[in-house]
Amino acid sequence: MTATRARAYRQAVPRLWWLRRRSYLLFMLRELSCVFVAWAVLFLLLLLKAVGNGHVDYQRFLDWAAKPWVIAVNVLALAFLVFHSVTWFNLAPKAMVVRVPKQMLALAPKAIVRRLPEGRVPGWLIVAQNYVAWVFVAAIVAGLVMRSGS
Amino acid sequence: MRRRARPIEPFLWLLFSAGGVLAALFLPVVVLLFGVVYPLGGIGPPTYPGLHALAAHALTRVVIFIVCVLSLIHWAHRFRFTVLHGLQIGRLGRLVSVFCYGGALVGSLAALVVLVRI
Repeated sequence: MTATRARAYRQAVPRLWWLRRRSYLLFMLRELSCVFVAWAVLFLLLLLKAVGNGHVDYQRFLDWAAKPWVIAVNVLALAFLVFHSVTWFNLAPKAMVVRVPKQMLALAPKAIVRRLPEGRVPGWLIVAQNYVAWVFVAAIVAGLVMRSGS
Repeated sequence: MRRRARPIEPFLWLLFSAGGVLAALFLPVVVLLFGVVYPLGGIGPPTYPGLHALAAHALTRVVIFIVCVLSLIHWAHRFRFTVLHGLQIGRLGRLVSVFCYGGALVGSLAALVVLVRI
């Protein structure tokens, strides 16, 4: 008798399962945003490589970046990057629970403590903090770049 | 036989999350400026000496290096599962992992070389 081992039955999943529902497709697009994260890193490194090589290469990079297909890729990349940022920031409160330390809670006014069930920082506040951080970082980067050589 | 859970997985998820945060905060503004605004000619790009001075600053280089490395790990980890689940090719898991994490490693080394040479 041949020895066989029972294996759990696994239903076959169609290869293109993520085209079947809008929510699945949105999930897939969200996951695919990582491709544009990699593209953005590559694009940034090409810029920095050109900057390291001198002003001739820097101008060459600017000319390359102005080609219609590169602009098209970057517009698409920007859309996906913003999609990544928004979905990532909105998910944050689901991924982590932030609690106010007990000592601080004891000092806070009752009206505020009542609004923090079990000392939990409400989700909307965590999301709001993320957006504030986003604006802050983007403003600093844009300010530094624009001020650097105008 | 059931394989034991590899202890490196939680660490990868941690790096994936950190990369997700940094990519979300830093990368849109970079692509917006150098990929869309400057090429379309709305405002002129920074002149070479100024941008070179900014890029050559030690703090700039350290921040960019961390953003690049963690963003690449974020890509590697997410792309690995997107490919495995999206194309239903679980049996190629090892190959996909080598491509993803190997790619992130190569990209990180490239970032190191580029940043050191500025």
